[in-house]
Amino acid sequence: MTTQAPSPVGSATPARTPGGIGESPARPDGTLKVTGQFAYSSDLWLDEALFGVTLRSPHARACITGIDIAKALAVPGVHAVLTHEDVPGLPYYGLDHPDQPVLAIDEVRYQGEPVAILAATDPHTARRALSLIEVTYDVLPPVTDARRAVFDPSIDRVHPDGNVVRHQPVRVGSADEVTADVVVVGEYEVGMQDQAFLGPESGLAVPAENGGVDLYIATQWLHVDRGQIARCLDLPEEKVRLTLAGVGGAFGAREDLSMQVHACMLALHTGKPVRMSYDRAESFLGHVHRHPAWLRYEHGATRDGKLVYVKATIVLDGGAYTSTTPAVVGNAASLGVGPYEVPHIAIDVYGARTNNPPCGAMRGFGAVQVCYAYESQMDALAAELGLSPVEIRIRNAVSQGSKLATGQVIDSPAPLADMLRRVASLPLPPSTVDSSGDLPGGYGNTTRGEGVRRGVGYGVGIKNICFSEGFDDYATARVRLAVVGGEPVVTVHTAAAEVGQGLVTLQQQIVRTELGVSTVLLQPADTTIGSAGSSSASRQSYMTGGAVKAACEAVRTRVAQRLGHSTVELVGGKVLAGDTIVDLAAAVGDEPIEETVVFRHRPTVPMDPVTGQGDSHVQLALCVHRAVVDVDVELGLVKVVELAAVQDVGRVMNRVALEGQIHGGSAQGLGLALMEEIQVVDGLVRNPSFTDYLIPTILDVPPMPLTILEHPDPHAPYGLRGAGEPPTLSSTPAIAAAVRAATGLRLRRVPIRPEHITHPT
Amino acid sequence: MTSLFEEIHEAPPADVPTRRVTITVNGQRRTVEIEPRLLLAHLLRHGLRLTGTHTGCDTSNCGACTVLFDGAPVKSCTMLAVQADGHEVTTVEGLAGPSELHPIQEGFRDEHGLQCGFCTPGMMMAAKALLDRNPNPTEEEVRWALSGNLCRCTGYQNIVKAVLAAAQKMRGDAPGEQEESS
Repeated sequence: MTTQAPSPVGSATPARTPGGIGESPARPDGTLKVTGQFAYSSDLWLDEALFGVTLRSPHARACITGIDIAKALAVPGVHAVLTHEDVPGLPYYGLDHPDQPVLAIDEVRYQGEPVAILAATDPHTARRALSLIEVTYDVLPPVTDARRAVFDPSIDRVHPDGNVVRHQPVRVGSADEVTADVVVVGEYEVGMQDQAFLGPESGLAVPAENGGVDLYIATQWLHVDRGQIARCLDLPEEKVRLTLAGVGGAFGAREDLSMQVHACMLALHTGKPVRMSYDRAESFLGHVHRHPAWLRYEHGATRDGKLVYVKATIVLDGGAYTSTTPAVVGNAASLGVGPYEVPHIAIDVYGARTNNPPCGAMRGFGAVQVCYAYESQMDALAAELGLSPVEIRIRNAVSQGSKLATGQVIDSPAPLADMLRRVASLPLPPSTVDSSGDLPGGYGNTTRGEGVRRGVGYGVGIKNICFSEGFDDYATARVRLAVVGGEPVVTVHTAAAEVGQGLVTLQQQIVRTELGVSTVLLQPADTTIGSAGSSSASRQSYMTGGAVKAACEAVRTRVAQRLGHSTVELVGGKVLAGDTIVDLAAAVGDEPIEETVVFRHRPTVPMDPVTGQGDSHVQLALCVHRAVVDVDVELGLVKVVELAAVQDVGRVMNRVALEGQIHGGSAQGLGLALMEEIQVVDGLVRNPSFTDYLIPTILDVPPMPLTILEHPDPHAPYGLRGAGEPPTLSSTPAIAAAVRAATGLRLRRVPIRPEHITHPT
Repeated sequence: MTSLFEEIHEAPPADVPTRRVTITVNGQRRTVEIEPRLLLAHLLRHGLRLTGTHTGCDTSNCGACTVLFDGAPVKSCTMLAVQADGHEVTTVEGLAGPSELHPIQEGFRDEHGLQCGFCTPGMMMAAKALLDRNPNPTEEEVRWALSGNLCRCTGYQNIVKAVLAAAQKMRGDAPGEQEESS
């Protein structure tokens, strides 16, 4: 303890510490990222490290009748060739249910399933030796139709656990008995979207002296990786230490394991560090994708446009293994009618197993597919009733106090009708474009304007924030306040994954606001501290932000206790204690204050397995889009002219980071609407490259004016609302609706391809 | 001289041909003995340990590997290192001197032109090539110049802002000064 009470330094209220919440300070990793010094996982290097590679199944479904590794093992420079027989512990992994083999056991269930791994001195030797592993397959006909996998009892079982991963019904009122003045029925399809982060999977595993392993990895959730790795390696968790390496984007694709166990197995087997890096083609096969979906909806409404009932059957293709399909099904079911008040509901959502590529987390997580379908239905209903798309949505919009399909009452602001009015009142872009490059077809000069039709469309989405359905969702933060060189310095330690979203900046902002200290250092995210949960579900501002805030509050209480007060304010490096102001550095002295806090959001419950009822969600977030498109109806080419959004975020924590999230999320929704689809034929991926899987370029993404609303959620830290995912939901149906408006076509599938416009079915 | 044999073979067979090339990388002459099939991106990343040049797609679509080749932007993942013999290559590490930032780097950092940052070096090199030949680009010209570089995080809005801000700074205009289209 400091032996002397710090002396007062005056009574004028000190200036607030700059760079706190509500401001947009520079990213702490910004300079490293613009100078090329930021170490992504693919940049990690140890001179003595071996290079690990993966042999993958070329077949969607086959029995393995033999694996001969002798020739590969005999290649000079090869240190190990491992198969499922070499997995030290549990030979399966999985986020929700460990059903995915670390390395294929007797059978492969999707193209790209890892069969063997190999480590050699360099990439070339490794790849050449890999081609010498002889695997003999007895090829089987793959199960590729998700609806048949679920409903056709004669179809093969993809997995001993069966072809239905989860069936979640929702039943409200008596949807099967009521009638409506107007009924619209539609069948919709959503293609398989890829997260397409730019930095492919990579990692470095280093054997530890204690028989364990250190893994440097780009991931979204260090602790859940560690738990799975430890079980597969048959090691206690404390002997598996993970440190976050630089992450080149995530969007859900890094929530499941990729090479984590493989790299550790090779490192432990050889006693040498092993690095692994996928190339783009392998990345397409090496991570889960967004579930493709088939959705049949029936909406009934009164003559004046009030929804009477919604019935839906939805099949999500989860591919060969469980991954996060159960939770994706839960989202699709609980959010399946959208942000609308509906008195009678009958929804059935099925998560299917097939021999298609495994699907799991991608931004929007089950809420994206249903949003495209229910919004398409709302437009169809509006057309049937002669109402505008905005008006029918306003007439049915939820607000605070409304019930979701689950019976959960929305207990924080949900100003959807206001958001719709705002987006509809925004000025429209000029009706003609300035340059030919802005027409459909762009600089291909495929038109001078002839055959080009303008369309405007709207989309509304609702997304759950944080983990739902009773999951014990928490985040841990350690905050240490010390004096360095006479100045107060705070160090923050969490295991939260910075994946680009700006969580590192937000943590510093929270500390500056709570503790009035401008110098905030962030320790590397690793597993020497408790879990922060996943950087997914738009949850880290809420959860890790909440944990850092709570840890700061605990530190502040300790400062107060030292000064003999129950509470103090910490502002601008000073302590405001009652009427006196003292230097924080003097109050801390040479006794640093450290607090570790585990933060939990309010509890949720699982959906009832029969009725789908229950308060399953923590927080809900809304986004509204208006899309303006030009369509060359002769060539089927679409140019999005403008994509405007209105989003309620509760509280703006960092405006430029927030805008970046909404822009980026909207652009991914644009991709799903018009260009992005993994083409799977007979279970085989036909376009595993950026040559053939197209994501929006800078010429495809239009101006995106944003209106950001702040209606605080009283349950959340600072009143904030998770913001990263909602725009990905609503931009897709808004663009699809705009293309429909321009063409008069029904367009019941996304992505909309040119032939859907030129040769509609 | 840096031997890059270890990148290809631990002990290369005698019949593997190699070429000695001299490339000026970020102003420094580097002579290396390499296999003719070695890609420029791999020479930079692994041979010279300049890991600011990223490889994201291997097929010249994403542009994360963009470097300047005699001042022109090229995708180093689909160029052979031997093609650079006698030429000048500039990577992100050569944009500015040590302990200083180029206005383009300041633009991307200050305008939030990056999130994960994986595309950023390539974006900045493409932007450098643009601004070297057109110091006062329109927004459309910026978009056209960066159309070979993919970003998955930002939706590009702040990337355009970053390049325009850098252009303004490089021209020495006062902040907020009306931009004229060239």
